[in-house]
Amino acid sequence: MTRTLLFAASLTLAAGSLGAQANPAAAGAGATLIKNATVLTVTKGTLKNTDVLIQNGKIAQVGSNIAAPAGATVIDATGKYLMPGIIDPHTHTMSDAINEGSLSVTSMVRIQDVLNPTAINIYRALAGGVTSINILHGSANTIGGQNATVKLKWGEDVDQMMFPGAPPGIKFALGENVTRKNQSQIIIPGQPTTRRYPVSRMGQEEVVRDAFVRARDYKATLDDYKARVAKGEKNLVAPRRNLELEPLVEVLEGKRLVHAHSYRSDEMLMLLGLADEFGFKIQTLQHGLEGYKIASEIAKHGAGLSSFADSWSYKIEAYDAIPYNVAILLRHGVNATINSDSDERMRRLNIDAAKLVRYGGLTEDEALATITINGAKQLGVADKVGSIEVGKDADLGLWNNHPLSVFAAVDKTFVDGKVYFDRQQDLAMRDQKAKERADLEKAGANQAPATRRGVQPVLPQEER
Amino acid sequence: MTRIRFAAIAALTALAASSAGAQLGSFNPPPGPQKTFAITNAHIVPVSGPEIANGTVVISGGKIQAVGASVSVPSGAEVIDAKGLHVYPGMMDAGTSIGLSEIGQGANATVDISEVGSFNPNAMAYYGLNPHSAHIGVTRVVGITHVITRPTGGILSGQAALVNLAGSTAPQMAVNRSIATVIEMPRSGFGGRGFGGFFAAQGPANTQDVNRTRQRQLDSLRTMLRDAEAYGTAMDAYAKDKTLPRPKHDVVLASLVPAVRGQMPVLMVADRVTDIKEAVGFAEENKLRPIIVGGRDAWQITSFLKDHDVPVLITSVMDLPTREDDPYDVNYSAPAKLAQGGVRFAITSGDAGAEARNLPYTAGMAAAFGLSREDALKSVTLWPAQIFGIADRFGTIEVGKAANLVVTTGDVLEAKTDTKYLFIDGRLVPLDTKHTDLNDKFKDRP
Repeated sequence: MTRTLLFAASLTLAAGSLGAQANPAAAGAGATLIKNATVLTVTKGTLKNTDVLIQNGKIAQVGSNIAAPAGATVIDATGKYLMPGIIDPHTHTMSDAINEGSLSVTSMVRIQDVLNPTAINIYRALAGGVTSINILHGSANTIGGQNATVKLKWGEDVDQMMFPGAPPGIKFALGENVTRKNQSQIIIPGQPTTRRYPVSRMGQEEVVRDAFVRARDYKATLDDYKARVAKGEKNLVAPRRNLELEPLVEVLEGKRLVHAHSYRSDEMLMLLGLADEFGFKIQTLQHGLEGYKIASEIAKHGAGLSSFADSWSYKIEAYDAIPYNVAILLRHGVNATINSDSDERMRRLNIDAAKLVRYGGLTEDEALATITINGAKQLGVADKVGSIEVGKDADLGLWNNHPLSVFAAVDKTFVDGKVYFDRQQDLAMRDQKAKERADLEKAGANQAPATRRGVQPVLPQEER
Repeated sequence: MTRIRFAAIAALTALAASSAGAQLGSFNPPPGPQKTFAITNAHIVPVSGPEIANGTVVISGGKIQAVGASVSVPSGAEVIDAKGLHVYPGMMDAGTSIGLSEIGQGANATVDISEVGSFNPNAMAYYGLNPHSAHIGVTRVVGITHVITRPTGGILSGQAALVNLAGSTAPQMAVNRSIATVIEMPRSGFGGRGFGGFFAAQGPANTQDVNRTRQRQLDSLRTMLRDAEAYGTAMDAYAKDKTLPRPKHDVVLASLVPAVRGQMPVLMVADRVTDIKEAVGFAEENKLRPIIVGGRDAWQITSFLKDHDVPVLITSVMDLPTREDDPYDVNYSAPAKLAQGGVRFAITSGDAGAEARNLPYTAGMAAAFGLSREDALKSVTLWPAQIFGIADRFGTIEVGKAANLVVTTGDVLEAKTDTKYLFIDGRLVPLDTKHTDLNDKFKDRP
């Protein structure tokens, strides 16, 4: 026991020191006053020459001429733009594994169990102004694993990165990735190519239906047991736990959000209909590239949709994707967002949002909402993040230009009021790192044996 | 037997038709005639000189006839009032394979980007180009008016073409059917292109094997280049003196003659420092005129590239850093470092086609990380034209140049900027695309 505790303590220490290296201001737990910024609140318009006070990790005050509390860090943001931290509703960042693709239904597995908090792409995303992400299971099977909603607290451990209070969710998937019509997805080196049910959109419907029929029966068993316990019956045997069906029961109870990968309008419509029949909601259609063809039906069900800005034509089911998708959906009353599904694109979601001004004529606030507040709603955390409002978490990006400009870059990114990315600090650390590297390269022990200027390697003693 | 075979063919045809079904027809409305147009009251960004706050551009016969603040409108000209709008030279994407591959995954019948085998110098992108590719329409409406589209794969991939992104046929689109030969240099070290880890696992087992394979490939390449040189000499000699034995015609070697004589540049695909240096060394040894394509790490060897006067078509501005300890903006800031180091370069989309339309934002990202906005614009207009020796015809708004112009609502590099008019080869190009068609069909569906 003591041993475990010690081990845990040393881990925390290690993470802490890493954090200190990478996020210089994280140590200052005090208040921060950002002065004289153009504040893009997203929900309450754009405020020029405005101050934002951060206290205890929250947005404490938004206004003009706010006095700095004693000991507060003051940042002069004249000429700069402050926006809410970007929220990416579809990523696979930090994941050491993405697909448990062996079965058609793998609702029992959790992405949370395979997250790597030292993945460098966390830092790169912060440098693109991203603060919260939805990490999804892959799209290899009809019902995939459970997702993780994460705050990008670079340098801290996974437990501290999990978004507090975010409702749990689960990935579903339909279409080509599930039916594996793209042969490249089923070749495993050294293994014969295998086929797994389902291989058609017909089979996909059946797999989802079958899973929810079983989940409904399981729920009835659980409910019956609970009712008898409540009635005070004695000597009852609790139903055996079913880790596959438990998350689906939560879906039926509205406690777990369904994020359903889907491309074609017909498969989306199938799933919405099936969900209506079983009495649950699809929280988001992920990708949903043909969502614009059935915008009214999606709005009627109440699903959100998270799309690419303009990626298309990389496979058959993406051939009718259009960059007007999000605009059409928004105009039909669907809560729509832009996502990256890519560690690369995640760093420039601001540019993807700007495209919506061109394609579909969104206002700047509407465009910004597709990468902030709309995503917060899709992940069930809109009371905490997604806009600059007093009382919300201080998850913010400070930009050197309007973030909808391609010429914009991030100066600082805050999560819960702490600076997790600072461009000036990053630049300053490069010289230090270069020197460190040069010193290491010069060190005798790092020279190749032939050039090792008289230093003999110290060979480890063999133990017998 | 015949019947079975027929049935099999019918089935195959049906399969091809169904998978490529979406590609049938054309999404790209043809351009109008080469009339006389006067674009008036415009904010003109000629790139060749200072911006003109309120001026006129006159085009006719496919060429720019006049540009300036006090240019008079010729009688009979179709006047386009560009009040509040900007005019830019059309952008050039010099790093794409647009038109050669429609749907890369799951629709092989739409992919004509590579030939079988390693040495295909005679494979011409021109003959793989589908003028009706939906990619062409959506790319041109952001203001990309002409491109270098190139074949990929193997070692001698084939010949790249300079094409205007308007026209119903390849002959109408092509400005130069063979503007450069493409060599994808065998790489040093492990891993192929694409799915590195996966294929590397099946590839040669150790460094020596990798290098041996590579040396063998380079030797074959050298041999072919020498053969082409000799073939050209023999053909010339025979042309002068018909009493000599008549050399046998060889379309493969014939296609390489302009490259080995230095009359045609060679696009050499290389990203890493060792590979770039190796490519330049190989080019000089074989008297080729190299243009580096890729050039991810070129910023590390700017003086080398400057000394050897080798230009770079950079394809990786938007890529993730390759190494975990690279600065986060290593690729964003590469163009600024090339500019500082005096290297000739162009920014390209680096995309096979569907996302070539991100070219302006790619240049914009370089400008967000150190490149001046003026240079960012040049890197997608004038500089690629200079690299390919076509700056007398493309890249700026100057009298006598091709009338490839885009009229926009604002800065052409900004993602939110919209296009109002597009001219390619002096023709007004409709702004309808596959995407506007679908938007029109569904946006008001109740």
